[in-house]
Amino acid sequence: MIQLDHIERVFQVGDQKVHALHDVGLKVERGEYLSIMGPSGSGKSTLLNIIGLLDRPSDGQYFLDDKDVSLLTEKEQAKTRREKIGFVFQFFHLVPRLTAAENVELPLVLAGMMPGERKQKVSEVLQAMGIGDRMHHRPEQLSGGQRQRVAIARATIMQPTVILADEPTGNLDRASGKEVVEILERLVDNGLTLVVVTHDPELGQRAKRQIKMVDGSIVSDTLRSV
Amino acid sequence: MLLKDYTHLAISSVVRNRFRSILTSLGIAIGIAAVVLLTSIGEGINKFVLSEFTQFGTTLIGINPGRTTTHGMAIGVFGSVRPLTIDDAQALKKVPYARTVVSAVQGNAEIESHRKRRRTTVYGVGSTFPEAFSLSVASGRFLPDDDPVSARAFAVLGSKLRKELFGDASPLGKRVRVGGHRYRIIGTMESKGQVLGVDLDDAIYIPVARALELFNREGVMEIDLVYSEQAPVDEVVAGIKRILIARHGSEDFTITTQEQMMDVLGSVLNILTFAVGAIGGISLLVGGVGILTIMTISVNERVSEIGLFTALGATRLQILGLFLGESILLAMVGGLVGLGVGFGGAQLLHWLLPALPTHTPILFVVLAECLAILIGLLAGVLPARRASRMDPIEALRTE
Repeated sequence: MIQLDHIERVFQVGDQKVHALHDVGLKVERGEYLSIMGPSGSGKSTLLNIIGLLDRPSDGQYFLDDKDVSLLTEKEQAKTRREKIGFVFQFFHLVPRLTAAENVELPLVLAGMMPGERKQKVSEVLQAMGIGDRMHHRPEQLSGGQRQRVAIARATIMQPTVILADEPTGNLDRASGKEVVEILERLVDNGLTLVVVTHDPELGQRAKRQIKMVDGSIVSDTLRSV
Repeated sequence: MLLKDYTHLAISSVVRNRFRSILTSLGIAIGIAAVVLLTSIGEGINKFVLSEFTQFGTTLIGINPGRTTTHGMAIGVFGSVRPLTIDDAQALKKVPYARTVVSAVQGNAEIESHRKRRRTTVYGVGSTFPEAFSLSVASGRFLPDDDPVSARAFAVLGSKLRKELFGDASPLGKRVRVGGHRYRIIGTMESKGQVLGVDLDDAIYIPVARALELFNREGVMEIDLVYSEQAPVDEVVAGIKRILIARHGSEDFTITTQEQMMDVLGSVLNILTFAVGAIGGISLLVGGVGILTIMTISVNERVSEIGLFTALGATRLQILGLFLGESILLAMVGGLVGLGVGFGGAQLLHWLLPALPTHTPILFVVLAECLAILIGLLAGVLPARRASRMDPIEALRTE
């Protein structure tokens, strides 16, 4: 489903070129649970951004559902992000002036869905995340774990094929971190593809397939021994 | 994305920063209030001046002898000017749509009553003069419709002259001397006040033929023709030309319609209104800069939100729309408040100073609000463009 071939990503920092990614090749099938680990600066976030179509590779090809998405226009990329990819961030990235329900509703709003249809979906997804009673609260009235659950609800409401999570527990205490991970893993059980970027080994080792990156290259790609 | 959702998101952001939004809108509000108030005053003065001018009626055409032209040869060959005569005025009664025709001569002479003397303006006019110039008789009656050539020696006094010569006593039937000739007073006029520097009250009216004799003139100074309201002006003017050219042999006269005068006056007054409006426009400009500033700050503060929207699949155009929507909303709210204040201010001013006319045309109100929206749009373009061009990765990195 996700196929990366010879991906290069070069940043220009001052008059120096920095190779953030070098000859990265990766194939992820539908329904896989994948973790990308590595020290900071290893290029794992850059890789995630390229998979999430927030960044374009300097060279190489990226196929998403057998379609070369590196050639899409800005508008088509936005549409692909909206429909196929869900993001979960370390800092939740909720819009502070909107309620939980309104935050979850945003992707549907951007897609131009009619309000009546939206309300139904939003309330279903929030119920599923166990925060149905908090839907009219603002982010500042929610705990960290609740906020991340709102963010996950928002990432899944468009029923994407892949969820990209960048340090999803990095800003949470142990207990709520565990809850959030369990929710994400439940999504995998329902057939979603999950890619988690982390430098927390405990979280990374929960994934079935584990990728380690160093200096912009994939150094190991192992399946967890069951 | 639906318009309703753009609106909702814009409102939520504006409400979130209430205090800042109010201050920003205030700039536009002051600008719009200034524009509305100043143009109201400008329009009021405009209307006032026009009504001063049109108090003689708008269906008046003046005909004066002579014509301003330049000839290649000696003026004497073609340019001989025949005076306009009382007979011309009689003939002009046949012009289509003509209601009344009045010939007029004006001069200055000494008026001598029983005891007092006063040097003042003498108008030689016909019997229909009050009708043509919307004047009314206070007592007695106006000059009778005599044979214009041998009119009887009757005179009518303006209100001020009557007071000067006779005080509170009735002058009807009394005799006065005008330039040495004896006249009998048969009426007095209502006060009209000064009109554009001409005091019709300090005057005496006598038959036109006698005035010609008094001032030793061959022809009258002006013939005025009043036509019926619905009549096409061009036809009336053409009729006048046809008759006078037939009588004079050439076009040696000048026709001035009220409409022409109003056009000139109107354009001058419109420039006045425009000029005061432009002064108000400067404060609008300042308000626009205020919106620009706040929107720039707002974009900087919400970098991570912009990144999020991109990640959620917003197109650059949608992000542009979101920020433009906000700046337009700020300007719109400011504009509406400004309209209220400006309109209220104009009413208040009129109430405090009844002498100062104000008038707020609906068109201006609509235009002012459109202007506010336009300013919001223009002020929003730069910050919104910056937001839409932001690199989503950079944007998401900031927290």
